Amino acid sequence: MQADTLSGGFADPSIGSSHAFRAVMEAMARPGTVHGISGAVPPAPLSPAAGTVLLTLCDTETPVYLAGAADCEAVRVWLAFHTGAPLVGPAECMFAVGTWDAVVPLSSYPVGTSQYPDRSATLIVERPDLCATGAALTGPGIKDQAALSLPEVAAFHSNRALFPLGLDFLFTSGDCVAALPRTTKVS
Amino acid sequence: MNAYNFAYLDEQTKRMIRRALLKGLAIPGYQVPFASREMPMPYGWGTGGVQVSAAVLTPEDTFKVIDQGADDTTNAVSIRTFFQRTAGVATTTVTHDATVIQTRHRIPEEALGEGQILVYQVPIPEPLRFLEPRESETRKMHSLEEYGLMHVKLYEDISRHGHIATSYAYPVKVEGRYVMDPSPIPKFDNPKLGDMAAIQLFGAGREQRIYALPPYTQVVSLDFEDHPFEATKADHPCGMCGAQDSYLDELIIDDAGGRMFVCSDTDYCEARQAAGHKGKDAA
Amino acid sequence: MYVAVKGGERAIENAHAWLAEERRGNTDIAELGIAQIREQLSLAVNRVMAEGSLYDPDLAALAIKQARGDLIEAIFLIRAYRTTLPRFGASEPVDTGAMACDRRISATFKDLPGGQVLGPTFDYTHRLLDFKLAADGDVPEAPARAAETGDVPHVTGFLNREGLIEEARHDDTPPRDLTREPLEMPADRPLRLQALTRADEGFTLGLAYSTQRGYGRNHAFVGELRIGAVPVEMDIPELGFAIEIGEVTLTECETVNQFTGSKTEPPQFTRGYGLVFGQTERKAISMALVDRALRWEELGEDNVGAPAQDAEFVLYHADNIQATGFLEHIKLPHYVDFQSELELVRKLRREAGVDQVQEAAE
Repeated sequence: MQADTLSGGFADPSIGSSHAFRAVMEAMARPGTVHGISGAVPPAPLSPAAGTVLLTLCDTETPVYLAGAADCEAVRVWLAFHTGAPLVGPAECMFAVGTWDAVVPLSSYPVGTSQYPDRSATLIVERPDLCATGAALTGPGIKDQAALSLPEVAAFHSNRALFPLGLDFLFTSGDCVAALPRTTKVS
Repeated sequence: MNAYNFAYLDEQTKRMIRRALLKGLAIPGYQVPFASREMPMPYGWGTGGVQVSAAVLTPEDTFKVIDQGADDTTNAVSIRTFFQRTAGVATTTVTHDATVIQTRHRIPEEALGEGQILVYQVPIPEPLRFLEPRESETRKMHSLEEYGLMHVKLYEDISRHGHIATSYAYPVKVEGRYVMDPSPIPKFDNPKLGDMAAIQLFGAGREQRIYALPPYTQVVSLDFEDHPFEATKADHPCGMCGAQDSYLDELIIDDAGGRMFVCSDTDYCEARQAAGHKGKDAA
Repeated sequence: MYVAVKGGERAIENAHAWLAEERRGNTDIAELGIAQIREQLSLAVNRVMAEGSLYDPDLAALAIKQARGDLIEAIFLIRAYRTTLPRFGASEPVDTGAMACDRRISATFKDLPGGQVLGPTFDYTHRLLDFKLAADGDVPEAPARAAETGDVPHVTGFLNREGLIEEARHDDTPPRDLTREPLEMPADRPLRLQALTRADEGFTLGLAYSTQRGYGRNHAFVGELRIGAVPVEMDIPELGFAIEIGEVTLTECETVNQFTGSKTEPPQFTRGYGLVFGQTERKAISMALVDRALRWEELGEDNVGAPAQDAEFVLYHADNIQATGFLEHIKLPHYVDFQSELELVRKLRREAGVDQVQEAAE
């Protein structure tokens, strides 16, 4: 096993993941806000933010889909060592990670069922940068209006139309995270 | 208590709860099933709230616990001590100093801010449970948005009593979609649920459900045009601090029918008294 | 003047200190040791292990001591402790056919391969208080003979060979885990059996009894009841094979129940199943009867509305830790809710003119 497989986890898993989760939760609760997140050092091409999210939320009970360039030997081995998460295709995943071009089309992921809308995938989308400009966001978690640099608008518009079904998104870049739950109206 | 992990729960359990919390925030008012664990306090005594708090706390948090609005009720003391021991977090009774507040049956009088999280202990998360005891049926009703039964029940109250006879755990509709039980808070507190700046998380341990309200979420108490929702309280000022706008406990002070009314939110009352406000029963 | 009641923390500490003193009782009497509880109150230990879902006689004995003999409280201690244990993996299914039986009886056949072994049972004791036990506990040694070797075949296997009993479907799908996933309806049989094996003994007994009295009657015979130790094996991925990691004592009950059949299918007996940690035969038999009652749908029987046929009712109310917690929580303060009800009732009475009438009468 490679040294970088064994390394790159949280220095103190319970404390590190508690900080990371609060960043993710704040992001999900307040769509459009960008939060610092760190603790994990994953192999390329994953950002530290995406790696930290995976270590915070994934384990043997969460099937993960590695999309595009994220599906490489280094990431597979690292994720297996630190989380034990089974790797699957998009249709079976609880979490997916990759760039926007790699994770689309969104129609491949589970969106939940009418009785269990929570059984839907959460997509961790790697972005070149994240800032509070761009598409206008309204909905739960947003006081009046927020903005976020999204890869596009139409896909999130269609996702919103599925409510209460739908996908939820975490955007990662460097050591930053932002989120877009299915409830957010994007224009 | 060093033999236990930070905030008691093992990491795998925390991850499972954290995933449920995120889905709860993404589907406001929808009850997410979660594999609640046996906690070292009994089911029905706040195990859901305790598990949610354990999953969100960081070592830097300042934690407040209230039961019936008060910090010094025995179960609030017990839960606060549990997290002092297992998470080593700072604790406070001052509402605006707290970053995480676990509550049973009340929302603090003081408006909560953006840096705060309110965690509710929930006994029966299903607002339709007393109309339909079967989980398989109520789940269908939520999926079909079939809430007629609830309106019929409320309307029967009106025809029998002239009023809706639900005074606590008064059902609400979240973002025009899910009917939600706000936990047994008095309906006086219902208007605070909507458009709150803080994150609200609800944990029901025995019933294995988590649900959430993101900040600034639309929450409407169910009512009828000719019988609009009314947040009620005892029609008195607080005997200690004179507050006119707070929810009051009624105390029996002698056996001749003497009674007085005092704020149920002890921090609110003490802060007002410290600022020089005085009720008619204060020394 | 009113002074708010303070000092909840102090009150709790003092209550705990008093509790510890009461638990110990009169210090002139020798303290009870864990080993004494484990060896001499072993059926209590077994119940705590079964309903606590943790096989560890020493921990169960400790819990019984700490709980002052309140077994539900002891089960609660074990469950809460169990939550904190990391899970390393799942064992292979145990083979009860390879059980080293201490007891093995069949009510359906007078004699059968492997024999009838009464074992250490209360069954034919006369329930007369034995005052000798109050004086000294010495017991004469029980006669012994060499243990039978070899597997003890299941009675239902004999019936199965003739096609007289429904085939127990072989299924290698790993069952869902009640302790790791929220209970979801409809619950399949593996999930129901998991819930029943840790269900409250009294609740299960009451339900089983109700089926015998006609509330979902299913004509049960104890095809076989066996108690004994079975090895537990676990597959170690690093080794590539399963190794024995210990053994557990189990009670297994297989009931042979009323037959079903139709124009297309010949009549066959049906099965109920109970499997419980430790020597816990009242529980295992009860479990088998309730299991059978819950199978009405798959066996094409009528739902007669009996409590034991209602899976949601049974599974949501069988756990004594959930039940006792919620029941006892009504001791907690409910001032706020009560106050809101009080105001509502006063308002309704005022509007109904009740209070004025009373005042006028005074």
